[in-house]
Amino acid sequence: MTGTSVRHSGSVDAAHSRHLLLQMLRVRQLEEKCVELYSAAKIRGFLHVYIGEEAVAAGVMTSLAPEDAVVATYREHGHALLRGVPAGAILAEMYGYVEGCCRGRGGSMHLFDAGTRFFGGNAIVAGGLPLAVGLALADKMAGRSNVTVCFFGEGAVAEGTFHESINLAALWQLPVLFCCENNLYAMGTALVRSESQTDIALKAAAYEIPAWAVDGMDVLAVEEAARRAVDAVRSGGGPHFLELRTYRFRAHSMFDPERYRTKEEVARWMERDPITLLRAALETAGQLSAAEWEQLQADAQAEVAAAVDFAEAGTPEPVEELTRFVYSEPGGDEELRTGTATRAGTAAARRHAGKTTGTP
Amino acid sequence: MKSSYREALRAGIRDAMIRDERVFLMGEDVGAYGGSFAVSLGLLEEFGPDRIRDTPLSESGFVGAGIGAALGGMRPIVEIMTVNFSLLALDQIVNNAATLLHMSGGQFHVPLVIRMTTGAGRQLGAQHSHSLEGWYAHIPGLRILAPATLEDARGMLWTALQDPDPVLIFEHGSLYNVAGELDDDAGPVDISTAAIRRPGKDVSLITYGGTLPAVLDAADQLAADGIDAEVLDLRTLRPLDDAAILASVARTHRAVIIDEGWRSGSLSAEVSARITEQAFFDLDAPVGRVCSAEVPIPYAKHLELAALPSVERIVAAAKATAGAGG
Repeated sequence: MTGTSVRHSGSVDAAHSRHLLLQMLRVRQLEEKCVELYSAAKIRGFLHVYIGEEAVAAGVMTSLAPEDAVVATYREHGHALLRGVPAGAILAEMYGYVEGCCRGRGGSMHLFDAGTRFFGGNAIVAGGLPLAVGLALADKMAGRSNVTVCFFGEGAVAEGTFHESINLAALWQLPVLFCCENNLYAMGTALVRSESQTDIALKAAAYEIPAWAVDGMDVLAVEEAARRAVDAVRSGGGPHFLELRTYRFRAHSMFDPERYRTKEEVARWMERDPITLLRAALETAGQLSAAEWEQLQADAQAEVAAAVDFAEAGTPEPVEELTRFVYSEPGGDEELRTGTATRAGTAAARRHAGKTTGTP
Repeated sequence: MKSSYREALRAGIRDAMIRDERVFLMGEDVGAYGGSFAVSLGLLEEFGPDRIRDTPLSESGFVGAGIGAALGGMRPIVEIMTVNFSLLALDQIVNNAATLLHMSGGQFHVPLVIRMTTGAGRQLGAQHSHSLEGWYAHIPGLRILAPATLEDARGMLWTALQDPDPVLIFEHGSLYNVAGELDDDAGPVDISTAAIRRPGKDVSLITYGGTLPAVLDAADQLAADGIDAEVLDLRTLRPLDDAAILASVARTHRAVIIDEGWRSGSLSAEVSARITEQAFFDLDAPVGRVCSAEVPIPYAKHLELAALPSVERIVAAAKATAGAGG
C-alpha cells in the first residue's frame, strides 16, 4: 500500500455525502468571511485561510471520536470548526475578545479548545509534531485507545523535528495519524525547490510507517483513507501517515503578492475545487436537488452570520488581567487543568449558534 | 546517611516514580547506560523500560514529546545531557512549553520537569561547559531551579512535579560527586524562596548552583580577615525571590553577585538591577559582580580555571565592596 494512491470505492450514502458537502461549505464560508473581516480591519495579525483545502479537514475530522486529540498548524480555522469549536468562538478569538476560544490571547494562528481536545494552532512549522507524539505516548502509557491526529504542511518535511518525531512514533509504535497537507508551496517555496525527494509518503515509509498518498481534493477519498488509517492506529497498528495532495487557492497570508506561481496554475487547480467536485458528483447521481444545494448554502451562511454577530458583541479582556495565564493560578479549575471542560466563552458561542441556526 | 549529590538526585527520582505512576524519566542514555552522569543508574532495572525510557538523539523530538505527554496527563521528567544540547530543543521549550497555557487562555497546563547538567570545571571544552540557565530565566512561563545542596538535589524534584507549569532544573556538573550527610527521610522542599547558607552582617554574597561551594570557601577566608559575609543561595532563578535579596542587602548594605554565566545580559545583571531599583538607598557601596570571562570555555585546565569565578576573585570583589563607600 505504501506510496500508492487511494481512490474511494464509489458507493457512499447520499445523506452522508451531503453532510460532508455542508462541512466543506461551512469552512469555505467562514474563511471567506474572515478575508472580508480582515479587509475591514476587524481581524489583524497574520491570517491564513484554508480555501481550496477543505476536503482534507472535512474527510479526516469525520473519522475521529470525541476523545481523540487533534494538533494543527497556523492554517487551522477549518480544523477547529470541524472538530466542534463554535464558529463564534473562533471569530471572537480573531477579534481579540474574551469570548474567543482563547480569550483573545491566541488569535488566528493559535486556536485551542480543551473541550474538544484541540491542541492548537501551532505557528512553528513542524513544531506540533512532537506534541502529537507525546499526547500519543501518554495515551499508550495510560492504556487508552485514543488516536492523536497531527496536521502539518509539506514544508514541515524539511525540518529536522519532522524526522525526529516520525522516528519516535514509529520506534515506540505510538497511536498517531500524521496528516501531511501537501499544497505544494511552503509560503512561496515550491516543493521541487526544497526537497531532493518530493514523494513525501515515501519518506514516511522509510521510517517503517504505513503511508499513502491521497487525492486531497476528493473528500470521499480522504474520508475513506482516514477511516482506514484511524481504525488501524486505534487497533494497535502503530503510527500511520497520509499525504493529502491539495492546493491553496488563496495567497499564503494577507501579505502575499503570489509572485511564485502563475494564475494559470491556480486556475487549473480551481477546476478541481473539492466543493464543486462533490456537488457535481451528487447532482449527476441525482442525489442533490437545486433546493437541497440552496439549503446547504443557506445553513452555512446562517451559521457564519450568527458567528459574526457573536464576535461583534464581544468584549475586550480588562487590561488588569494582562499577566494572567503565564503561570497557573492557585486553586485553578481542575476540570480545565485536565482538559475536560469547555471555556465559558466557547460554551456561550455554542449556545448562541444553537439558538440562532440550530447548527451544532 | 552519607549521600552524594548524584545519589540524592537519584533518590528524588526514585521517590517520585514510586509515589506517582504518571511519572516517568525519558532522555538519552538514561536507561541501559545508567545516565550519562550515572544519575539514573539502576532505575531501569527497578522500573523497566517504559518508565525509564531511552530516547534517540532527538532533543527537539523528545522534549516536545515530554510536553505532549504532560498535556496528555502524564508527569514526565525529561533529562537533557547538558545545557548546550538543550539548544536543540529551545523551540519546544520556549515556543511550546512556556507559551501553551497563555496562548490557550488558561486551558492547557504543561506539568513537565526538564533536568539538565550545566556549567564548567571539568575540561569539557566549549560545547559541554556553558551556563545558560540565565537565558532560560528570561522566559515568562518557566520556573528555573538550581539545586546547590544535597537537600535540594533530593527534594526539589517532587515539588517541581506538583507544579502545573514547566520547571527546568539545572544540575551543575561539578556537584555530582559532592558528598555529605542527608537525612534518610529528607523530603520535598519549597521551590520559591532563596536560602541564607551563612548568615553575616558585612556583605551579601549572592549566588546559586555550582558556585555555592566556592562562595562558602570565600566567606571563610573573609571571616579570617574580619569580614562577616552573608551567603545567599538564590535556589530559584525564576521567579527570583526579591524579598530575600532585598532583606539581605538591608542588613549588610553591600552586595556581590557571583554567577558562572557571562556578565553581559546575565542573571547577575538582573539581580544587580533589582537591588539598584528597589534598595538603592540601603547600599553603602556599588554592587559588585564576579562572573565568567567572556570567552567560550576553553579546554586547557589553567585557562578554564582563569575563566571561572574563583575563591580568590570572590574574596577580592567582596573586599573591594567592603572597602568602598561609607
